[in-house]
Amino acid sequence: MSALSHKMHSEPAVYVYEAPVRIWHWINASAILVLAVTGYFIGSPLPAQPGEASDNFLMGYIRFAHFAAAYVFLIGFLGRIYWAFVGNHHAREILAPPLLKASFWGGVWHEAKWYLFLAKEPRKYTGHNPLAALVMHIMFVWAAIFMIVTGLALYGEGEGFDSWQHALFSSWIIPLFGQSQDVHTYHHLVMWVIISFVIIHVYVAIREDIMSRQSIVSSMISGWRTFKDKGEVDKE
Amino acid sequence: MPVKETFYDVMRRQGITRRSFLKFCSLTAAAMGLSPAYAAKIADAMETKPRIPVLWLHGLECTCCSESFIRSGHPLAKDVILSMISLDYDDTIMAAAGHRAEAIVNETIEKYDGQFILACEGNPGLEQENTGGMSCIIAGRPYTEQLREAAKHAKAIISWGSCASWGCVQAAAPNPTGATPIHKVPGIADVPIIKVPGCPPISEVMTAVITYILTFERLPSLDRQGRPKMFYSQRIHDKCYRRPHFDAGQFVEHWDDEGARKGYCLYKMGCKGPTTYNACSTIRWNGGLSFPIQSGHPCIGCSEDGFWDKGGFYNRLTNIHQFGIEANADEIGMGAAGIVGGAVAAHAAVSALKRSQHKGDE
Repeated sequence: MSALSHKMHSEPAVYVYEAPVRIWHWINASAILVLAVTGYFIGSPLPAQPGEASDNFLMGYIRFAHFAAAYVFLIGFLGRIYWAFVGNHHAREILAPPLLKASFWGGVWHEAKWYLFLAKEPRKYTGHNPLAALVMHIMFVWAAIFMIVTGLALYGEGEGFDSWQHALFSSWIIPLFGQSQDVHTYHHLVMWVIISFVIIHVYVAIREDIMSRQSIVSSMISGWRTFKDKGEVDKE
Repeated sequence: MPVKETFYDVMRRQGITRRSFLKFCSLTAAAMGLSPAYAAKIADAMETKPRIPVLWLHGLECTCCSESFIRSGHPLAKDVILSMISLDYDDTIMAAAGHRAEAIVNETIEKYDGQFILACEGNPGLEQENTGGMSCIIAGRPYTEQLREAAKHAKAIISWGSCASWGCVQAAAPNPTGATPIHKVPGIADVPIIKVPGCPPISEVMTAVITYILTFERLPSLDRQGRPKMFYSQRIHDKCYRRPHFDAGQFVEHWDDEGARKGYCLYKMGCKGPTTYNACSTIRWNGGLSFPIQSGHPCIGCSEDGFWDKGGFYNRLTNIHQFGIEANADEIGMGAAGIVGGAVAAHAAVSALKRSQHKGDE
């Protein structure tokens, strides 16, 4: 696959994001939206509801939506990891970037210069550019793992001692951080890391779509990457 | 051979009627979450098995644990607790003083070597060893020494209260005396430690732990942090009687608002119920009379590790002091996201400018 794509100068469109990756991307994005909004309102609830307690269940619904979206996020993430093993090599880019390769860091440096308006032209990549892969690896993949682990620990507290969530997560995560309140605080902080990531991600995707040499936004819908010029692809 | 004294003997000597004694047994069975059939088992154990001597040592503490004890609202519980606990040594409430009092400690250690329970109220200040500071000297000796010596001969240690369990207020930053919870004291004997945190803890929990050890001849099952599961496996929030208002989204917004009068959930007033493991919302205080949330005040999380250092008692979200200002996770996060958003907008503007400059080149 990769050998082919290098030689495809005359036939520039490359199938990069396979269907499971695309479906995961959009389900994951929706889950993050629900998680961030409901999570914020769990920490800072809406104004008090009038009437009898038995007539209202607002906090209950908000928390349910949070937990349901969290499971969608978790299962999607596990499915995505599975796909990194069986999918094409682009499916591994953000989960296992080649952090030990010097050429990868050279690519990161060039891309950083491009964003600082110091390089005249970005390089052309079929998959993620190295800087994108690095930022997604840190700000999304590791943040997601952190949120899943701390989230399950907090969820296990409500599920009780007999639950698998408590046995596998709460029982050691809570003392590791000190106490439950600390885990809550870090769970909040990393939510903002992910929100910051989303802001950057959306901006850069649209910007690259306009200014770089390949398609970005439409690729996550169709799966195909098209190129705007005949320059060399994946030059390191 | 010494006559085997039972808890029942002691209680009768203190003037507790058999009726009160049986009441205590059924109350304790209920508190431990056992079926009513166990009340008879407990009564039997209390009548037939030799009582477990308790040595009660005080380190750096405020005596709120003892105060909680002797003010147990239920007169019967109070008498039972006092006859169970204060028998051997407790420097706050015992009659003896000076050398005679100290002699009791040695006597208990000798007589009941490996048999007695060491109840620790408070903790040692380790700075007295490191820098020779003179905090917490008991009978001319540092408390740390007394503690290590007694621990060597104890059957088990009960870390009684948040001081002994976690460190509490004297271990709050910057902890000038080096106050250290019992399980972290270097050189303490390798005996099982049962943590009964709370500032103060509930007196019924203490007697129930001792009753459990007597009745079943083993230590109660503990969670990973060393607390008896039967009392610390759920959060205040899980069994709070105001929980329906939480689920409904009905909160007290101000101390004197309509919600406060109606008894709405205190979550927004900084209640730490959702992060605090204790039995207050089930056993309650002063003989089951009330507990903080019932009296309209949010839980301050006194049985949690380091609760003094977790920001204001009345903030739902913890202040993060490392940032140098009073800010919680959401304020910091929102600030960061705002900066990122601003940077993105600026970057977009520069990008557009650059692009328009290069338009002519292509």
